Amino acid sequence: MSFNLLVASCLAYVIFLFAVAFLVERRSGQGKLGWLRSPLVYTLSLSIYCTAWTFYGAVGYGARSGLEFITIYLGPTLVFIGWWWILRKLVYIGRQQRLTSIADLISSRYGKSNSLGVLVTVIAIVAVTPYIALQLQSVVLAFEVFASAAPGEARPAAGQTAIWVAAGLALFTILFGTRNLDAKEQHTGIVTAIAVEAVVKLVALIAVGCFVVWGLAGGVSGIMAKIDASSLHDWQLQPGRWTAILFLAGAAVICLPRMFQVIVVENSDDRQLARASWAFPAYLLAMSLFIIPIAVMGIERMPAGSNPDMFVLTLPLAEGQGGLAMLAFLGGFSSATSMVIVEAIALATMVSNHIVIPTWLRLRRSGAISEDVRSLVLTARRLSIALVLALGLGYYRLSGGSGALAEIGLISFAGVAQFLPAMIGGIFWRGATRTGALLGLATGFLLWAYCLFLPSFGDAILPASVLQAGPWGLGWLRPNAMFGTEVMDPLVHALFWSLIGNTAAFCAASILSFPGPVERLQSAAFVNVFDGPVGPQRWARGEAEPEALLMMTQRIMGEEEAQGLFERAARDQGKSETMLPDPTPAFLAALEERLAGSIGAATAHAMISKLVGLDTVTVEDLMVVARESAQLMEHSAQLEEQRGELARTATALREANEKLTALSVQKDAFLSQISHELRTPMTSIRAFSEILAEGDLPVGTVARSGGIIRDEAVRLTRLLDDLLDLSVLESGKVQLSVSLVSMRDLIDRSILATEKVKPERDIEFTRDQVAESVWMRTDADRLTQVFINLIANARKYCDSSHPRIRIAVRVRAGRVRVDVADNGKGIPKALQSMVFEKFWRLPGEARASGAGLGLAICREIVTNLGGTIDYLPGQGGAAFRVVLPLRIEPG
Amino acid sequence: MRRPLFLGRIPYRRRRLRDAARLLPVAGVFLMILPILWTPAGGDGNRLLSSDVIWFFVTWALLILAAAQLAPGLASPDAPRPDAARPGMLTGDEEEG
Repeated sequence: MSFNLLVASCLAYVIFLFAVAFLVERRSGQGKLGWLRSPLVYTLSLSIYCTAWTFYGAVGYGARSGLEFITIYLGPTLVFIGWWWILRKLVYIGRQQRLTSIADLISSRYGKSNSLGVLVTVIAIVAVTPYIALQLQSVVLAFEVFASAAPGEARPAAGQTAIWVAAGLALFTILFGTRNLDAKEQHTGIVTAIAVEAVVKLVALIAVGCFVVWGLAGGVSGIMAKIDASSLHDWQLQPGRWTAILFLAGAAVICLPRMFQVIVVENSDDRQLARASWAFPAYLLAMSLFIIPIAVMGIERMPAGSNPDMFVLTLPLAEGQGGLAMLAFLGGFSSATSMVIVEAIALATMVSNHIVIPTWLRLRRSGAISEDVRSLVLTARRLSIALVLALGLGYYRLSGGSGALAEIGLISFAGVAQFLPAMIGGIFWRGATRTGALLGLATGFLLWAYCLFLPSFGDAILPASVLQAGPWGLGWLRPNAMFGTEVMDPLVHALFWSLIGNTAAFCAASILSFPGPVERLQSAAFVNVFDGPVGPQRWARGEAEPEALLMMTQRIMGEEEAQGLFERAARDQGKSETMLPDPTPAFLAALEERLAGSIGAATAHAMISKLVGLDTVTVEDLMVVARESAQLMEHSAQLEEQRGELARTATALREANEKLTALSVQKDAFLSQISHELRTPMTSIRAFSEILAEGDLPVGTVARSGGIIRDEAVRLTRLLDDLLDLSVLESGKVQLSVSLVSMRDLIDRSILATEKVKPERDIEFTRDQVAESVWMRTDADRLTQVFINLIANARKYCDSSHPRIRIAVRVRAGRVRVDVADNGKGIPKALQSMVFEKFWRLPGEARASGAGLGLAICREIVTNLGGTIDYLPGQGGAAFRVVLPLRIEPG
Repeated sequence: MRRPLFLGRIPYRRRRLRDAARLLPVAGVFLMILPILWTPAGGDGNRLLSSDVIWFFVTWALLILAAAQLAPGLASPDAPRPDAARPGMLTGDEEEG
């Protein structure tokens, strides 16, 4: 096949991709994306994980190290099927914070720190350089293969091919990736082009695999037999390398700038990630399926000494399958170009956002931004793309373009894995600080460079003496045997020491340092991303001129979009005449978030700070946020309490109502009762006085009638006296005659006075004379009245066959407690709360007793004497407890 | 606001589904690390390289199938979304049920 045809087909393929990207961008501009946003396209775009390393290098890796190549794909598989752990959180954070790159993630997590952004960008560029070189090398090798297949044709030398490829890729990437500056750093066109390339490389590799298995080896059983017969069979699994590469690949899939770009930045909805969680591993499985068969057949069929990295091309060519070889070449070309494009765009975004714009901002002293920042950003990005490819080319030439592809790739993986502690620590650990991240990254990066990256140039940078004997002859500092760890594989060794140093420095410095206010805000926003955004109080003391803000935004986002944004904000604030909103904290926060999508969080923050005034967030502002949420919580606690109080009040009211109802019934009953009580004596008085009025009666009859009239009048008087007494006591106008009295005397008098109540009953009194020897200052007559009432009640109502009344006196804390209890059946529980109410009588006992005022009077007397009287339940009968002060306070 | 102590049947199932999603990679790591303990193929002729190949690809495919079974339930729209969650609301992510 002619070399020129090859070049022509490459160009045609590139033009085809360009057309795809262009058409998609145009549809995107019209807002008609539809299926282009589907999970399928997202999954396919993730396939840029499979670069030329996979397409060519995996076969070489398999031929050299057997099944070890599979770890490169198993690591990402584990990360993706475990998406619920890390990826989901990363993607949510990415969308909420509008992250533009992994440098943006780390810098904005640690307080929008620009120094961290610069450090991450530098590490990423250095670490990825071998990876870019790998792609160039693979394309050059592929050209060589075709060139050697058609000898005699005029063709450029390998070095020149590399230059042409690098230049072509740079041009293509610039044309694609930097045509415009999106509000969010998403490239729908490129993502779609990559999805197309993903299909091409998968189809190409599977086509070669099928040809090898069914065309050369004679089916599945044939290839299995050949696998067992081949020299690969002697392969031995090295536990250290196996585990290390499994981990490394898992770390790289989230830490590589291009993977972060396609997984996080280009993500637009949840379903994409859920689908990719299994579909991307499935893609990796399909890509790996035929690697071992191709490697085995390559070893068997190809002459000894041929490069196993190129078996995918050389095997079909050697078998005379020109078309298949062409397809394979395009597949490899796809793998290399897609990787370079996305990697270069991701790195260029990082360079422009974290190095170029901050430097430019620092160089200018004045706050107003009059030049067009957009063109500056775009120029910076174009130059960065060229720089990244130039560095890759430089590495390719310096390392001699001879290394095994997989080994080069692993150097890059170990380099980007240094982001892992700062990244995972940043999204799961509130205590991770900027100092910790800076120190950890620097330590890890230096150790990686010393142990793995610099030795990869041979003795070009590190002198041979250092490699052999360590710096200054210090053997324990040799790059491949730090601290005497000589038995370790160089890759495992470098990974081990760099990550140990990185994590240790990160954790120790985080614990020892104290984060700034912005850092603490951001740590909360990242770690608790599922709890919704942290309050928009980031610009609590904004004093910016809206006009200057608009000017700056126009320079970054373009006039139309910026004006639209400001106008909407002004309308939301209720301003209808002007398009300039007030620079409220909420508006500033929204504006910053929007700008962060274009130029990165740190830069957006710095630009707004410049207009608003420096040091915009203070600890006080943080406290305001904290206080607000505390107030909210307090408010809800208060509401809760009020609710409880209302419920309690309602219960009390209900009880009161029940009591009132019962009382009202009692009162009605009493009213009829009292009218009856009043009527009965009145009736007999009238009857007997009429008899007397007739005159001419025997003396006995006159005396008996007069006696009855007198008795009835006395009864009436007593009833009226009681009512009068009660009303006086209730009104509190009672006159007390206070004197020093003995409790024993009082009780003696009371018992004596009650002897004529049911004198026929023989009642036994239980008393403690000693305890009763209490002297107190009180109104003796009134108190006696209380005791008489209680004892008389006991005599009247105690229904025991051996009635006994127990009187117990006790002094406690300046108060006298007198219990009067009988051994009758007591008062039913339901009625206990009613006994002190006026007009209350035991049901069924109405006739025998007085007006039901006795206990009510008792209570009023005791209250007037400064004490309390209560029904005492659980004493085996009716019992009352009177508690009185030893000395009644005058007044 | 106090969290309910027990969950209804559907949210309970969803929580357990998430637990399964968290455990799947752990199982995957176990299956992929296990071969470290094997005696090397080829040496004594007890095991064949082809059977290693089959082991890896079959377990790999099984893991993918398991993830594919879990994914639709995890991404269901009634699952809590970050933009719908408010501070203090139950997001159902970190607490155990």
